[in-house]
Amino acid sequence: MRREIPLIITSFVGFLFVIRFFIPHEPFASMENTASSWIQVIKAFAIWLGILNLLKISGEKIYKKDKGWGFAAIVIASFLAISIAGFFFPFWETRTPGDSFIEHARKFQYPGTSFDWFYTYVYTPLSSTMFATLAFFIASAAFRAFRARSFQATLLLLAGFIVMLGSVPVGNALFSWLPQGWQVSDIADWIKNYPQVAGQRAIQIGIALGIISTSLRLILGVERSHLGGEG
Amino acid sequence: MKSKFALFLFGLALFAAVPAAVGQTLLPPTAVRAKDAPNDAGKSILALWQLSASDIKGDKAVIGYQIFRSVSAQGPFEAVGTAAKGDTLFTDHVAKNGTDYYYKVRTLGALGVFAESETGGPAQAKAQWFNSDRSNAFLAVLILVTAILYFIYKASTGKELYIRKIAGLEEVDNAVGRATEMGKKIIFIPGRQDMDNVQTIAAVLLLGRVAKLAAEYETRLEVPNVRSMVMVSCREVVKEAFLKAGRPEAYREDDIYYITEDQFGFAAAVDGMMLRDKPAAVFYQGAFFAEALIFAETGNSIGAIQIAGTAQPAQLPFFVVACDYTLIGEELFAASAYLSKEPRLLGSLKGQDVGKVFILTAISLGAALATLKAMGWFSGEWTAAYIKAFLVR
Repeated sequence: MRREIPLIITSFVGFLFVIRFFIPHEPFASMENTASSWIQVIKAFAIWLGILNLLKISGEKIYKKDKGWGFAAIVIASFLAISIAGFFFPFWETRTPGDSFIEHARKFQYPGTSFDWFYTYVYTPLSSTMFATLAFFIASAAFRAFRARSFQATLLLLAGFIVMLGSVPVGNALFSWLPQGWQVSDIADWIKNYPQVAGQRAIQIGIALGIISTSLRLILGVERSHLGGEG
Repeated sequence: MKSKFALFLFGLALFAAVPAAVGQTLLPPTAVRAKDAPNDAGKSILALWQLSASDIKGDKAVIGYQIFRSVSAQGPFEAVGTAAKGDTLFTDHVAKNGTDYYYKVRTLGALGVFAESETGGPAQAKAQWFNSDRSNAFLAVLILVTAILYFIYKASTGKELYIRKIAGLEEVDNAVGRATEMGKKIIFIPGRQDMDNVQTIAAVLLLGRVAKLAAEYETRLEVPNVRSMVMVSCREVVKEAFLKAGRPEAYREDDIYYITEDQFGFAAAVDGMMLRDKPAAVFYQGAFFAEALIFAETGNSIGAIQIAGTAQPAQLPFFVVACDYTLIGEELFAASAYLSKEPRLLGSLKGQDVGKVFILTAISLGAALATLKAMGWFSGEWTAAYIKAFLVR
């Protein structure tokens, strides 16, 4: 029964939502809204469970001095700092005259608040730093990809070169002697609008078919490896 | 100073609009009619009209239309909304199903001048049982589902089906084997989306196959997660796989853990882990975004064998460049079926191929017909000439 019940639920809900896509009549019409309301309610409870679980696991790690307990300490410290800044902000920030306490409390993330300070000066720089590493990774990946080792790699190199050149003003300036309509930017646009789009659409059609096929396997219960079955 | 200037501009506009409104007579919209809004759950009626002659002439006095509704042709009518000038349609979203509604439309001018139309209607809002706008999707799904079911049936009767080799999936065994030989762990990242994304489901299904191999080879498998729901699913799948491989005691729940939902927080954590622990094999399966290249380049720098799979077209080039093997789009969805070698699952892949042939045919036919139309075929004259030639023959 441990395997059959999830299979029955998957099949039932799967069929129901496929039908809903084609039938605008009630009760199918409001099904999606009802489901997302349920999800919101479950999430509201789950977030508290998640917080308690996070604190419990991190606390245990610190207590037992497990491998990486220092990271657990940072998790708890960050959690407490941002929560205190968000929840208790109204007590030490000046209230705008005429604001009720609730109205004042709702402004916890306005510019200039402690919560906003954490967001702007701690979270954003950390995220930006990680994002910035992409620039170096793109350079090293491009260096490997653009080596003309085969016919296909040479084509890729050539297309990449034209697209890059066509995207900057100096490209057209260097090849201004080319006839109208055959400028580097025109060729770059053609590469982006035709061969590139055609390739992407072919992949997307394959993806759409794959999604339908996988969904059908799950709905029909043919694929049951995730439940420990043989499928 | 600014307010004085605004007052001056307003006065100027009024000065220009008043003669237009007073000097000319506004004409009402004509042919007001109402009908049920199609393909919906009811509660909506479309009010339609033909533009007021004043609006057609481009009379500046026309500022828009106001729509009125009543349950009786004699009224009283209540205002239900407005439409901009040039518009000929208003959707009334607050109608009761099964009630007759009548509509009137006013052409609005400046200074409260208006011209009211004749009454249009009645119309009733009704819910439909089929969305005809989606007929083509319905037909396509029907053909595809029939093809898949047919091949699943064929495969279950024992018919041999040819499935092309997918290099990335052929290498799964080798990747796990290599990690075993080197005595290092395997990392499997099931994307960054939740369990409602089919890519994540496909990744979790593939995780089951990888976990079974890892259990058989007695190799440690770590699964860092972005979503709590995915973490729970992964734990179940890996546990079942270890059980199936006959090694339930080797399953370690703590190896499948949650990190954070924050994109770059997750990227930083996994990157750090890869650099510290130097896993021998890394699997990136599912939906990835900007972190894709950060992961793949880090994995590449530590010399891990990397097998990626995603249906995010924008991330595919990054994975292709930095990983040893990449499952492109549909290959990710085929992974579990392909590795299982189970006939019924392979049958579904064959059905998918038939769907592809159907779509390719439709695209080719559509492109050919569009080209012929652009060349002047199928025009009124062409059709008349063709019919004439056919009849004469």
